[in-house]
Amino acid sequence: MIELTHIHRNFQVGDQVVHALDDVTLNIAAGEYVSIMGPSGSGKSTLLNLLGLLDRPTSGTYRLNGRDVTSLSDIEQARVRNHEIGFVFQMFHLVPRLTAEENVELPLMLAGMPVEERRKKVASALKDLGLEARSHHRPEQLSGGQRQRVAIARATVTEPRVLLADEPTGNLDHKSGEDVIHILEQLNQRGITLIIVTHDLEMGQRAKRQLRMLDGRLHSDHSDGQPAELDHGAS
Amino acid sequence: MALHSADIARFSWGALRGYPTRTVLMLVAMAIGVSAVVVLTSLGEGARLYVMDKFASLGTNLIIVIPGRSETAGINPSTMMGETPRDLTLDDALALTRSYKVRRISPINVGSARVTHAGRARDTVILGTSAEMLAIRHWELAQGKFIPKMDLDRATSVAVIGKKIRDELFGAERAIGKWLRIGDRRFRVIGIMGSEGRSIGVDVQEIVMIPVASAQQLFNTSSVFRILVEAKTREAIEPVKQFIIDTLQKRHQGKKDVTVITQDAVLATFDRILGALTYAVGGIAAISLAVAGILIMNVMLVAVSQRTAEIGLLKALGASPRHIITLILAEAFLLSSLGAIAGYLLGQLGSWIIRYAFPVLPAYAPAWAVLISLLVAIVTGLLFSLMPARRAARLDPVQALSRR
Repeated sequence: MIELTHIHRNFQVGDQVVHALDDVTLNIAAGEYVSIMGPSGSGKSTLLNLLGLLDRPTSGTYRLNGRDVTSLSDIEQARVRNHEIGFVFQMFHLVPRLTAEENVELPLMLAGMPVEERRKKVASALKDLGLEARSHHRPEQLSGGQRQRVAIARATVTEPRVLLADEPTGNLDHKSGEDVIHILEQLNQRGITLIIVTHDLEMGQRAKRQLRMLDGRLHSDHSDGQPAELDHGAS
Repeated sequence: MALHSADIARFSWGALRGYPTRTVLMLVAMAIGVSAVVVLTSLGEGARLYVMDKFASLGTNLIIVIPGRSETAGINPSTMMGETPRDLTLDDALALTRSYKVRRISPINVGSARVTHAGRARDTVILGTSAEMLAIRHWELAQGKFIPKMDLDRATSVAVIGKKIRDELFGAERAIGKWLRIGDRRFRVIGIMGSEGRSIGVDVQEIVMIPVASAQQLFNTSSVFRILVEAKTREAIEPVKQFIIDTLQKRHQGKKDVTVITQDAVLATFDRILGALTYAVGGIAAISLAVAGILIMNVMLVAVSQRTAEIGLLKALGASPRHIITLILAEAFLLSSLGAIAGYLLGQLGSWIIRYAFPVLPAYAPAWAVLISLLVAIVTGLLFSLMPARRAARLDPVQALSRR
């Protein structure tokens, strides 16, 4: 479903070129549960941004569902983000002046979906996450866990195939973090491809497939607890 | 993926309400700009209408004949010859009645003399004129009669005096029928002029009017100062003007030595001057609109940087650059049109206050000024928001979202 081949992503910092991603080749099948771990600056966030079409690679190709998405225009990429990818952020990124309901409605609004249809989808997305009673609350009136659940509702309301989560529990207490992880895992069990970036070893190890980044390279790729050291450039 | 316009409106409205201080400040800036245009143009327009009205009260279809030729080219043969222009006479005035297009004429003479009655004296303007003057100038008597209809060259000793003159010379005493002295001659008061006759230049309450022939004797002259001619219709003004020039040329041995002014020409000149003045103040006020536009740009820039995360998020959720530009411009449009409407109302209130304070001034903002100011407000609001909107659209979502 996700095919990255020889992806490079360079940043110009002063007169130095930083290789945030250095020849990454990676395949992720539909329905997989993948965690990406690694120290800061290892390129894991850059990888997630690339997967989410928020950033473009310097070279290499990215095929999503068989389609080369690296060469798409801004407008087409926006459409792909809207329809096929859901984001969950560490900072939740809810719009503070909008209610939970309105926040969840945003991607559907951007898709230009008719209002009645939107209302139904939003209501069912909030219900799935146990937020019916909170639908008219603004983010400031919600707890951290509730906010992240609203953010998940917003990420899933468009029924995307891929859910990208960047430190989804990073700003939550342990209990709420557990809840959020459970929700994400349930979504994965229902068929969504879940990719989580995290520092948290315990959380990372729950994933069936664990990727470890180091210095912009894919350092290791364990599947179901069986280590499989990568031979760089060979896979 | 096209946004619904209802969604755009709702989202922008929400954004405006989300930052009330910013929104109110912007609205005030815009409103001041628009209201300045409305108030200043209404003031200019009011002044124009006021002056027009005053000129109209000089008389309708009025033509004024002045002795001497006013040439724009300073020197003409007559100046070289040392000739002085021939004076206008009462016969000239009579000759002008011989066109069916002329309704009435009135020669006038003006001078200054001492008016006395029972030991009280006052120096004042003496106007020698005829019975027709009352109708030509749309004056109304407060009391008594005006100078009677009679031959122009008959010098009778009657006088019509202004109210103020009466108050000063007669006090509470009845003036009609009493005698007073003007210079060394005695006149009988037959009428009093009230305040209705007030018009530019002369306050009829402060003058004394006597028959034109009497004034000629008083000032020891055989000429007249001006001849006022009233044409029957507006269309007749031009032919009458030509008739006057031809007639007087014939009577003056072929010399074109009079100047004929039509009231229309004077009106048109004033109309042009004051109209230009209105445009000018409107233009100055429009500068404040441009300032408001720049303010909008600044505030929208701040808004964009304030809402970096929000814009980044919208992008992550599938907003294309065009969506972002649409949303920011919609916000600016909403802001500037609300500001413009507030300014319009404020401006109308301002001109109402002017009208209330100065009832003589018909201070109504002309429609063109209102329309242009609203349009300029909205267009500048949009134009100056283009740059912030583009910047927002170019925003890098990665950076926008990673700011913590």
